[in-house]
Amino acid sequence: MARLKLKEHAINREWCKGCGICIHFCPKQVLELDSMEKVVAARPEDCICCKLCELRCPDLAIEVLTDQDEKNE
Amino acid sequence: MSVKDYLRERYFPHMWCPGCGHGTVLNSLLRAVEALGLNKNDIVMTSGIGCSARISGYVDFHSLHTIHGRALTFATGVKFSKPELKLLVPMGDGDALAIGGNHFIHAARRNIDMTAIVMNNRIYGMTGGQFSPLSGLGKKATTAPYLTIDNDFDVVELSRAAGASFVARTTTYHALEAVDLLKRAIDHKGFSVVEILSQCPTHFGRKNKEGDAVNMLELYKANTAKIGSKALKENPALLARGIFVDENRPEYCEEYEKIIQRATGGKK
Ligand SMILES: Cc1ncc(C[n+]2csc(CCOP(=O)(O)OP(=O)(O)O)c2C)c(N)n1
Ligand code: SF4
Ligand code: SF4
Ligand code: SF4
Ligand SMILES: [Mg+2]
Repeated sequence: MARLKLKEHAINREWCKGCGICIHFCPKQVLELDSMEKVVAARPEDCICCKLCELRCPDLAIEVLTDQDEKNE
Repeated sequence: MSVKDYLRERYFPHMWCPGCGHGTVLNSLLRAVEALGLNKNDIVMTSGIGCSARISGYVDFHSLHTIHGRALTFATGVKFSKPELKLLVPMGDGDALAIGGNHFIHAARRNIDMTAIVMNNRIYGMTGGQFSPLSGLGKKATTAPYLTIDNDFDVVELSRAAGASFVARTTTYHALEAVDLLKRAIDHKGFSVVEILSQCPTHFGRKNKEGDAVNMLELYKANTAKIGSKALKENPALLARGIFVDENRPEYCEEYEKIIQRATGGKK
């Protein structure tokens, strides 16, 4: 399988509660909280598309969109 | 279908606290359902009362938000009348094993085909942090300011002894594993139990100085290990994760169908 390539992190700012779970457990320190305590992708270029942030988010507020997603749809 | 297609988005953001593990259980469950390619019209979720039980409001399946401790009872009624449906029964630790303990063991004993998910935060979250039969010894709770003296149930051993034909355990830290175990549990014919340790930072975490949600997940990571792993062999004090029981046994609705055939001389 080809390596996934990031399109973008789709972050639902209305749903994100700033718990920090996605940030702390990201293996590449891609994510950060902004001044509104909402998550943002500060270093998207480092993302390896492991999707652990998406899987653990208790608020279903973050989605890692890759080039594969487009092809599947 | 994407995960969002199984959600009632109009009720979001949900009511759970920041970092509450129950949201991750919902997340894992939706992914399991999606991966199995189930049709949402074939799924019924029943729940009782508790923060955990609110989960049934967020899923776009048939859903019954019922009374405390009776999620399995309602599920039994639905399954018995419509055995072709998939029953998902998420419960809190209090819901499943305090007030609902008797329903739990008897549903397991019958081996009726449904998936019981114990969202175990070791506390009564909704009512303000009273201790539960899963809190364990030496824990702080609103009702145990000087620490608990009650032993806890081991959900895995209890389920096994009561007759559940599929029993597994994981945590909200191990979300990928949770998706896999839930998939297998839902696919299993018979009574399946999946215990998922789920952090309640607001009550259990705060009272027991376990820090925030992130720190509680670090504890799940540090204090558990996969069945058969080297880590578990070297340190039996770790809590085992994985599949503990996976057996094919006569299922209740199928056995009942045979009774109907016997009673009607095969005319039905
Ligand atoms: C018959 C009855 N008794 C007591 C209650 C009060 N009550 C509501 S939720 C709850 C316990 C919730 O704990 P748990 O099932 O562990 O769910 P959590 O909130 O921790 O997810 C209790 C005792 C009730 N609603 N109904
Ligand atoms: S895990 Fe979810 S809710 Fe928590 S900070 Fe990340 S996106 Fe926000
Ligand atoms: S997909 Fe993985 S690497 Fe990318 S932001 Fe999420 S956790 Fe970090
Ligand atoms: S009180 Fe505890 S269980 Fe209830 S929503 Fe808050 S963190 Fe979750
Ligand atoms: Mg509880």
